[in-house]
Amino acid sequence: MASTEEIAPEKYEEQHVHEVYEQIASHFSSTRYKAWPIVKQFMQSLTPGSVGLDVGCGNGKYLAVNHDVFIIGSDRSSNLVKIASQHQPHAAIVADTLALPHQAASFDFAISIAVIHHLSTPERRTEAVAAILECLKDEGKALIYVWALEQKDSRRGWDEGSEQDLMVPWVMKIGKKNSPSGEATEKTFHRYYHLYRSGELESNIAAAGGEVVESGYEKDNWWAICKRKQIES
Amino acid sequence: MKVLTLNFLTCAVKACKSSSDSFPLHPKDCELVSDELEVNSALLTNVLTRVDWKALTTTAAELGFPTLPATPPTPEELAGDEKMLKELHTLLMETQINEGKLVCGHCGHEYAVKEGIANFLLPNHLV
Ligand SMILES: [Zn+2]
Repeated sequence: MASTEEIAPEKYEEQHVHEVYEQIASHFSSTRYKAWPIVKQFMQSLTPGSVGLDVGCGNGKYLAVNHDVFIIGSDRSSNLVKIASQHQPHAAIVADTLALPHQAASFDFAISIAVIHHLSTPERRTEAVAAILECLKDEGKALIYVWALEQKDSRRGWDEGSEQDLMVPWVMKIGKKNSPSGEATEKTFHRYYHLYRSGELESNIAAAGGEVVESGYEKDNWWAICKRKQIES
Repeated sequence: MKVLTLNFLTCAVKACKSSSDSFPLHPKDCELVSDELEVNSALLTNVLTRVDWKALTTTAAELGFPTLPATPPTPEELAGDEKMLKELHTLLMETQINEGKLVCGHCGHEYAVKEGIANFLLPNHLV
């Protein structure tokens, strides 16, 4: 975490992640409607009646993919949860990824898409993976998806060797109607991100006591499907 | 928030999770509403095999619903009993806690439900 030694990580994230999402919620939501193929595939592979979690569900765009399973989405932003809760037959609650209100070993699956890269220390990122894994049944699987450092063909152009912890601007266009000046304008917000390098997500999963089932790279992101490490009997 | 959702929620306080008193959370001063929703029998039948029936019985009683049978209907029973399917659909999927509180039986913490949304963010002293 860059030059914020004195600030507790949860305070830092409150200011540089949660407050920003709360403010940009509706604009953010209007730009987030296309499901990423890997996530879509994972969701569509679930058996009907499966019960699972979408940790850091945002506006709930992945709640729209499969209507034959029951998902409890959670997010810290109550403005985003309000939008997410409209996706039937699912549910959405306001909760913190590191203090999830779910019982251990109770869920068939979990997804956490573009969430844990907002946590500002390696310990907290590993703790988040552990919290997700803890909710899974023995045979349950979780899909975790994070932004990659290696994305030289993207608009941002970052690659190996770039800074991994950074503030990424979000430009919100404000139309004439909502602008105090009566003129169309824009406002820039900055969100904290930790960009994952190759292999780092897998290390987080191992450190959290999990096991990688499958992992890969999809358009500027690293993803991994993981489960709880089975204890040999 | 659906009655079904309550079956998959417990207290967010770490120390409470290992205690059986923390599940299910107890609804308090709840205003219920009903949201009409199309019946999805495949979903409902399969979700029921994952529901903690004892906890659901407690929740239903605390919300003032008629007593549920002692054991959950099997998928076969449900397939032949449209009335029971519809009743369970009404209770689990359509009945919503719109306003109220959810109370942990272990630590006593109360989680607020406002406009149908339950908030599990903990105050600093409980984190
Ligand atoms: Zn508690």
